[in-house]
Formats: sequence, C-alpha cells, structure tokens
Amino acid sequence: MLSGIMLIGGILVITRKNPVHSALALITVLLAQAAIYLMLYAPFVAGVQIILYAGGIMVLFLFVIMLVNIDRAAKERTFNSQWLVGIVAATALGGLFIAVYTKGNNIFPEHALSLIENDNTQKVATMLYGQYMFAFEIASLLLLVAIIGAVVMAKKRI
Amino acid sequence: MGHDLMGQIFQYIQSYLSSDQTPGAAGNMFWVLIYILAVFVGLSIAVIAMNWLERKILAHMQVRLGPMRVGPHGLLQPIADAIKLLLKEDIIPSEADVAIFWMAPFMVVLAAFTVFIVVPFGPTHAVTDMNIGILFMLGVSSLSVLGIVMAGWASNSHYPLIGALRSSAQMVSYEVAMGLAVVSAIVMTSLNASGTGTLSMIGIVQAQQEQGVWFIFKFFPLGLIAFFIFAVAMVAETNRAPFDLAEAESELTAGFHTEYSGFRWSLFFLAEYSAMIAVSSIAVTLWLGGWLRPFPNLLNGSTWDLIFSLFPGVTFLFLAAMCFFNVVRMPKHPFFRIQTIGLAGFGVVLGLIGLVMLVPAVRIRVQDIFWFSAKVAAFMYLYIWYRGTFPRYRFDQLMQMGWKVLLPMGLGVLILTATWPMRHELWSQVITPPWHVMLRLLRLED
Repeated sequence: MLSGIMLIGGILVITRKNPVHSALALITVLLAQAAIYLMLYAPFVAGVQIILYAGGIMVLFLFVIMLVNIDRAAKERTFNSQWLVGIVAATALGGLFIAVYTKGNNIFPEHALSLIENDNTQKVATMLYGQYMFAFEIASLLLLVAIIGAVVMAKKRI
Repeated sequence: MGHDLMGQIFQYIQSYLSSDQTPGAAGNMFWVLIYILAVFVGLSIAVIAMNWLERKILAHMQVRLGPMRVGPHGLLQPIADAIKLLLKEDIIPSEADVAIFWMAPFMVVLAAFTVFIVVPFGPTHAVTDMNIGILFMLGVSSLSVLGIVMAGWASNSHYPLIGALRSSAQMVSYEVAMGLAVVSAIVMTSLNASGTGTLSMIGIVQAQQEQGVWFIFKFFPLGLIAFFIFAVAMVAETNRAPFDLAEAESELTAGFHTEYSGFRWSLFFLAEYSAMIAVSSIAVTLWLGGWLRPFPNLLNGSTWDLIFSLFPGVTFLFLAAMCFFNVVRMPKHPFFRIQTIGLAGFGVVLGLIGLVMLVPAVRIRVQDIFWFSAKVAAFMYLYIWYRGTFPRYRFDQLMQMGWKVLLPMGLGVLILTATWPMRHELWSQVITPPWHVMLRLLRLED
C-alpha cells in the first residue's frame, strides 16, 4: 500500500499543471518513503527523512515555487511534444530495471534485517563516524562549499 | 459462549493494568485507544483553559479585568468564542486554490496533535514510547511549517502570502537552534554506566532520575544556557510574542490566517496552542525532569515523598478556596445571582476533585501526571508573560538573532557539553603538549 501511495504520488508530481500541487505530491511520496524505512526496521532514518526532506527541503522547494512567479502561459504549456524520445528513454530505463532485477542478484547483497530496532541509531552512528568517517567529512565540506557559494551569490556588489 | 467472550475481553483489558510499559509497547490496543482519547480530551480542555487564562492574565498584567460578563469572571468566555466560531460563515476567497485551502489547516492540526503520541506524562503514561521519541517530535512539528506555507499560498492574497513566507522562514531558522539545544541535552543522557544515550522521551527522564540531577542544572551553566536557547527558540517556533510579526494585527492583518474564517480559523488557533504545549513538553522532558517531583534526591525519604504527594490535592483545594473567596466578593445584586451560583458550583467541583486527589490510592497514580502538567503550565504562564511584556521583534532582527546569536551559542554549548566530562584529559593530553612543543621551538623553555 505504501509503495502504491509512492507510485501515485510520483505520477501526480509529473502530471499536475500547478507546481504547488506537484510539490505537495512530492511531500506525500517522501512521507511514504519514511514509512517504508520504518517497515524496514530503521526508525532513525525515517525520523531524519521526515525532518530533513519533508520538513526542510520541501519547504525550500515551496518557497522557490511561490517566489518565482511562473506566468500562465508557461504553466499551461503541455509537455507532450517530445513523446518519441520519451518513449525510447522510458523503454531503455525499464529494460535496465528488469535486467538488474532478474539477472543481477549479486549486485545488492542481502543482509538479514536486524529485527531489534532499538539500536538503529547506534548502528548508524557507529558506521558513520567509524567506517565512513572520510565520506562524512567530504559531504560536510560539500555542504560548506554550497553555503559559501550561496552567500557569495547573494552578496551585494560593492 | 457469550460469557466466555466477555471474560476474554475483560482479561485483555486487565492484562495491561499490571504491566510497567506504555500501552504502545505492550501492544494493548484497547488501552492505546483510551490513552489517545485521554490525551485528546486533556489537550482540548487545556487549549480552552489557555484561551481564558491568556485573556485574564494579559488583562491583569495590563491593569484591567478581562472578560467578566460571560460567565462568572469570564469562565464561559471560551465556550462563547467556540460557539461564535462554529456559527460563522465559511468564506473561501474567489481565486483561491480550494484543495490546498482546505488541506492547510488539516495539515497544521495533524502535525500539532500527532506529536502527543510520545509525550511522557509518567513512566508508563505515554501512548507509546518510540526509541526515537525526540526525533519524531521534532520531525512532525516541522511538518506544520508546510501547512503554514500552504495556507499562505492558497489564500491568493498578498498579506497571507508574505505572512506565511515570513512565518515559515522564521520557523525553519529557529528549528536549527532548537535542534542544537536538543542535541546537547541528548548528549547529557549518555553519561550513564553503559555509555550510550537514548532518544526516547521516557529514557531521557529516566536518565535524569539516574543521574540525580535535572539537566538544566547539569554542568552548570551549560545546561542552563542550552535550556535558554531552547526556551527562546521554542517561542519563535510557535510564532508567539515577541516573535509574532507574521501574525500581528498591526503589521500584516493576521498574516497567513487572514482569509480563514470560522471553523478553519479555530483549527489554526487550536494547532497553535497545541504546538505551544508540545514544545513546552519537550522542554520539560529534556531539561526540567519530566514527571519527577522537585528535589528527588536532595529531599528524599518517605516523609518528603508524602509531603510532595499531597501537592495535587492541595492545589485543587486552594483553587476551590479562591473560588469561594470570589463568591463572597461578588456584587450582591439580583442580576449577579446566576453568576454567584455558577462560581460556587465550580468551586464545589474543584474542591471535590481536590478531595479525591488526597485519597492515597489516587495520590500515587496521579502525582506523575500532576508534576508534568504543573511544569508545562508554568511554561504556559511564561508564554503569556512574554506576550504581555516584550515588544515585538522586527523581522530582520528576528532572523539575525536566530542565525547570528542562537546558532553560535548552540554550537558552543554543544561542543562544551560533549567535551566537559573529559576536560581534564583534553587539557593534559591534547592542549598542553603542543603548547610545550611550541615553547621549546621558540626557545622560551628547555
């Protein structure tokens, strides 16, 4: 049911004319994703998904959509003009998915789900600050670069 | 056959009463529903009481009387307000986006009420105890920002749009400061024997119980500064004075809920007060020791336990005494007869509740809930006090304070809290060796 909600939400994202409606559909997709994380016994990741994605990033999306006023002509233009390329791309992607699903059983190793969900936070923390510490620092450097770029771009020219 | 079914149902209901877990953890659906109902009813009564208290306390702070006509001393004023709001015409602006207009108050109320699943009124008195409790509360309360943005957009009018964008920008920026203060309190929970902290709300209060100190007094003054950051950020998060530029009447004609009328507006109002109670419960749980009575370790022993357990009953008896005092002071005019009788009846009800709470069997069960509610009520009084005292922040001053003052303070408190338990090792092994190396290089010592 949750993946059904995600699919319907995803289709609504790309088919609504009003961008605010698309953003709301994306919010439902993200909330359903958080619920799927809960079902996979990862409550910490679900909580962080709600805080960051649904509560932070989508708010910024909505800010931009509301502040950048798309005029009506652009809103009402349909996007059916590239249907041939669209069908080719979708078939290629679908074929890739089917190939990975049927033949690529060794690409995603199947760990047994750790059913004791009480230590999801501890496990994430141990891995993040232990094994993947370097990647963590690089990701934080990336965010710092993004912040500095935003400040530089928004500064007043003297 | 029917008798057997009834017996089974009774067995199911009673099997929870002797367990020491929350009903969610014990998996008992019946009691989960009872607890949800109790929380919902309690919250509604609390919002109604907050409405009356806010108007009376603000009035008394401004040397006037507040509502006095509707019931005795205005006690029925919130009910009159509720009836008025329900009977008002439901206006939808003509160009508004009806789906989003309809959904926005729903989203805000949903976020404000779902948070109460994990609020711990006692060691087993929560609906459930998630082991990511505090993360869940912060996450769901950040969904109310979405509702506000939707409300401002759907009204299709510039005052609500600006109000909504300002309000949500303010809420998002103070969420960062709140998060840092919360993290520094969580770090304090890990100072126990096994070295691991916990994110669950009940676990945080139990950590305060084990460590024998409320986190506001721990590592003085770090706990106090973290509490202060959270107290300021939570007022800004709920758009209350002095951070209420987004909904102030003189600035933006009520901001994002300008175009909402009647019942929809009352949903926003309900959600705002519920969010106030929710963030106050976070502050009480994290820093003020949740359901623990004052001085749990300093004044321990059975006599002090007895004295503190009499507090709930004595409080209600005191309130009843105030009611009777005011009954005597009522004007002796025939027009005031109904109000006098009403106030006396209210006083009798309060007195009866107080007497019931003095019974020992009730005393033990009620005192956790009482102490938690008393602390949250103190926070509500502080909210009203701030509204009556402080002038409003201008929006750029507000954002500046959120990012330039509270955020660095939060980071500093977090670093200091995390390194405080090992400050001696840090000093002797991390700071002083390079210092001596440098002095040797500069030939200032050998």
